[in-house]
Amino acid sequence: MRARVLAVAGLTLLLAGCGGGSQAAGPAASAAASAPTESGTLTVLAAASLTETFTALEKQFEAAHPGVDVRLNYAGSSDLAQQIVNGAPADVFAAASDATMKTVTDAGMAAGPPTVFATNVLQIATAPGNPKGIASFADLAKPDLKVVVCAPQVPCGAAAEKIEKATGVTLSPVSEEADVKSTLGKVTSGDADAGLVYVTDVASARSSVQGVDFPEANQATTNYPIAVLTDAPQAQLAQQFVDLVTGDEGQQALKTAGFGPGK
Amino acid sequence: MTRVRTPTRASAVALPRLLWIPAAFAFALVALPVVGLLLRADWPRMPELLTSEAALDALRLSVVTGAISTLLCVVLGGPLAVVLARGQLPGLRVLRSVVLLPLVLPPVVGGLALLFLLGRTGLLGKRLDMWFGITIPFTTTAVVLAQTFVALPFLVVSVEGALRTAGGRYEAVAATLGASPGYAFRQVTVPLLLPGLASGSVLAFARCLGEFGATTAFAGSLQGTTRTLPLLVYLERETDVDGAVALSLLLVAVAVVVIAVGRSRATSGLT
Repeated sequence: MRARVLAVAGLTLLLAGCGGGSQAAGPAASAAASAPTESGTLTVLAAASLTETFTALEKQFEAAHPGVDVRLNYAGSSDLAQQIVNGAPADVFAAASDATMKTVTDAGMAAGPPTVFATNVLQIATAPGNPKGIASFADLAKPDLKVVVCAPQVPCGAAAEKIEKATGVTLSPVSEEADVKSTLGKVTSGDADAGLVYVTDVASARSSVQGVDFPEANQATTNYPIAVLTDAPQAQLAQQFVDLVTGDEGQQALKTAGFGPGK
Repeated sequence: MTRVRTPTRASAVALPRLLWIPAAFAFALVALPVVGLLLRADWPRMPELLTSEAALDALRLSVVTGAISTLLCVVLGGPLAVVLARGQLPGLRVLRSVVLLPLVLPPVVGGLALLFLLGRTGLLGKRLDMWFGITIPFTTTAVVLAQTFVALPFLVVSVEGALRTAGGRYEAVAATLGASPGYAFRQVTVPLLLPGLASGSVLAFARCLGEFGATTAFAGSLQGTTRTLPLLVYLERETDVDGAVALSLLLVAVAVVVIAVGRSRATSGLT
């Protein structure tokens, strides 16, 4: 008896969930269909490291374009690129590396040549107060240090590898993580002494880690390209969003988050 | 494989026809994604993709850590299952719920929990580091601990289920005939739990092979030390989707072999 009551309750919840979903989709879809110029949903796929900046820009854009709902989807750039190539409907793609943008442009999915709107460099993240006294990139090669980097397959790892080659300093990391946030996480948890992450990651982690700059970081700058997608349902709005990111307001927000200027 | 062992008595009873439709959907939900994987595979490059140094290291690490973790599950989880099934202890139900926790927890939560206990700043980890200079994260030991954590309930549930189905009457008879608790355990309880132990070990090993979340959160990812097959798949798909698909198929193949061989042994040889 009790099992039956639970089953019915579960089914009701399930149905309620489905109903809610279709209702939510309804107005957006109908708005898009009857759109004169400025209404509907603009879908932006952005690299995870852009979360704070783009969420702020989303609010600005929506304030300037009443009736437009910007939907931001943050994930690793290469995941997003795969989604676009496999036909996920979206208007704008902002990537955290040239290579992932190339996946999209090579597939003919970008409406025009991408614009580099920001750059990022690596920084050493240590525990607050830098207890191990790490002062340079070469310090990371000390044998008693537990250093975490990103795997060479992902952009932050490729940058770290490039710096190793340029400096001749070979690191023996205890782990090569699959994304930059995992690398940062191993430092914030205290399990690693140092990690190579982006300067913007250190900024967003606030007081839980300390950043150590090193001059060689400039030898491996990561570009952030943005492009309107070929199959964008809202091509005009998409271009306006790109203009906001590359314009003064966007550049100011990116600078605050620690990004370098675009090209 | 299991069809031949179905008792004829059961197959003579016709099933309600309506059951076939959801059953077919359920089967398709499991089988079709694997078909998708097979179709997506780059077969000519398969040998090259599977014999790369990174792939072989990951396969070796996965099999070795999976075997050690399964052994730990048997050695520790077997006795725990007996206690849960036969022990007379207040609060046994609560204890059982705790043991089953890894079944319902997202593995990454399990990994974080392990990190907060055994990480360098964790409750126990801090003392291990201070007193003995031992740190567990980033070692193969961490991989084994993560796998044992997620796989243990599979073994406990199987063994406990076997004991509960058998009931306590055989041990009771043995006791009335003068067998000591130890003798009754060896001669009566152990044979009763063997089928459950066998099928539980198979499930635990399969679960270990697939472990990802707890490992990545607790152990990190380094070739030859902590990067098991699932972690390599996750990393490979960043740059080489074909490589990721090939490794995924390798995992599917190993899992199918383990379950086919293990299950048939477990059910035919020991019951």
